[in-house]
Amino acid sequence: MTQVNAVRRPANPLDETRDRTPAPPAAAKESAVVVYKGQSYWSNVGRRLRSDPTTVVCGLIVLAIILVSVFAPLIAPMDPYQAKMLGRLAPIGTAGHPLGTDELGRDMLSRLIYGGRISLMMGLTPVGVALAVGGLLGVVAGYAGGWVNMMIMRFMDVFYAFPSIMLAIAISGALGAGIGNGMLALTLVLIPSITRVTESVTTQVRAYDFVDAARATGASTTRVIVTHVLSNVLGPIFIFATSLVSVSIIIASGLSFLGLGVSPPEADWGLMLSTLRQAIYINPMLCALPGIMIFVTSLCFNLMSDGLRSAMDVRL
Amino acid sequence: MFGYIIRRILYVVPIALGVTIMVFSLVYIGPGNPLDAVLPDDASQADVEAIKEIYGFDKPLPVQYGLWLGRAVTGDLGKSIGTGRPVVQEIGHALGNTLLLAFAAAIVLIPVALLLGIAAAYSHGRWFDKFVSSIAITGVSLPNYWLAIVLVIVFSVELNALPAMGIGPDGPEGWEPNLEHLRYLILPMIAISVIPTGIIARVMRASVAESLGQDFVQTLRSKGLSERTILYHVIKNAMPTVMAVIGLELGNLMGGSVLVESIFTWPGTGFLMNEAIFRRDLPVLQGTILILAMFFVGLNLLVDLMQTWVDPRIRRY
Repeated sequence: MTQVNAVRRPANPLDETRDRTPAPPAAAKESAVVVYKGQSYWSNVGRRLRSDPTTVVCGLIVLAIILVSVFAPLIAPMDPYQAKMLGRLAPIGTAGHPLGTDELGRDMLSRLIYGGRISLMMGLTPVGVALAVGGLLGVVAGYAGGWVNMMIMRFMDVFYAFPSIMLAIAISGALGAGIGNGMLALTLVLIPSITRVTESVTTQVRAYDFVDAARATGASTTRVIVTHVLSNVLGPIFIFATSLVSVSIIIASGLSFLGLGVSPPEADWGLMLSTLRQAIYINPMLCALPGIMIFVTSLCFNLMSDGLRSAMDVRL
Repeated sequence: MFGYIIRRILYVVPIALGVTIMVFSLVYIGPGNPLDAVLPDDASQADVEAIKEIYGFDKPLPVQYGLWLGRAVTGDLGKSIGTGRPVVQEIGHALGNTLLLAFAAAIVLIPVALLLGIAAAYSHGRWFDKFVSSIAITGVSLPNYWLAIVLVIVFSVELNALPAMGIGPDGPEGWEPNLEHLRYLILPMIAISVIPTGIIARVMRASVAESLGQDFVQTLRSKGLSERTILYHVIKNAMPTVMAVIGLELGNLMGGSVLVESIFTWPGTGFLMNEAIFRRDLPVLQGTILILAMFFVGLNLLVDLMQTWVDPRIRRY
């Protein structure tokens, strides 16, 4: 499967770049040797995934991070809010604090574990909401065509006139600090790109013969959209949305880093990175820790999304 | 071509208007009254009304927008609530610093990214290709604000080799092209360059690989042209896609460096925006975003026209 790794490329979905290289076919070697029974689409996808260790490992890491965050109260060795005036900024490897303590003497390991809760929520929720809203707008624009399409898409063009991070910061800055406002800003930034992708996929699907056939047999518009269009559109836009998660997590933590998202003493990777920055000359290694979590999570989401895209043979 | 340019510019006008409407409404989506930052807490009702009239807040919204737009077009973006200086002056100062950083980064990163992309496409499937792909995916997953902190830890704290903040040894005023000032530029430059380098290299690789697979390359080879001439044709075919991405990334370098600028206290537009948010200095926030967004729109238009110039086949409308 070396070919898979060679053809695969990372995606920054907020750019308009489209990965035009076709997803690699199921390795020729395999299909030549074994004849698979009942090769449905999903069994093909499963087989391709199984032969792609990077995607599987990244998927497992993502799953682990999510589980650890959800069950943080059971896993964290200490109370993440318990400050200790003696023993602040203890180095990594201190007895009782395997990852040291932060600027208020709170256990870093526990804070990193709890931090995943807010960071993941702030990263995932906007993608989910944007997927629903942007997906709906995109399907409507793509299926209706004509002036409806023009109105929706030209409106989205305006959002594209702003660099995405700047737009997120501007909106949440104007709304004021807070988790809710941060997530709202992020959702607004993500909607246009999802709408664009959904619109282009829907436009392609609408042109297929089976849609005309369904219409010719007298199916209602709702029925055509729900059973014929959506079933073909959901896969690609879901894949696209998973690639947005990485961007979303990075921007969400960035908002917290600026003080626009979560407020202290809450444990959040972005906020921790920002408060620990003052200790950069005292215990530099410690300051880098929360960033590693953001980086690893974002990298794994990116690689997983790429692997899924190849396995599901989605071209965006 | 002339007609095409006019059509493209006309197409941009509604988008630019939309941008102004969005920027204008930023003031109104926030909590409270936009005047709260100006008025003392114990202001009497009469004072409030008087101030409202001075700032034009007593008029209906569309009229306010019209007046604001009229002033903005003539270069009057109001006065900063924090410093009392004209917003245009504040931005002008900061924009110079941001442009300096963005262009310094662009001059280094664009050739590097393009060369990486070309080399990777030519070594399709081999280790170098995979190496470039991994750089690219690491680049897009890397939070640049964290990279900035790591750079400070390594080069300023541990090695004590490069300055961690500011624009030069004599405070925030005036950058000069000398060695001492260049040292201040290095870390912020690297921090903002990594993501765009990854993205541009990836797109260049894909584009060149696609061009290499086209029939005309075989034709050129069979005509006996040298590899160098063929490379020229391949690159010319690959350029339009890459140019679009370079345009976007240049815009991101300018507008997206808010976090990096505030880490390095680089007195650019991002830093200004950050300050404006925390002082609730809405005119400055509004002005900065308006100017940056217009820059972005202009840049995209320019890229669009250049693409058509390089490859007339992609002409739209």
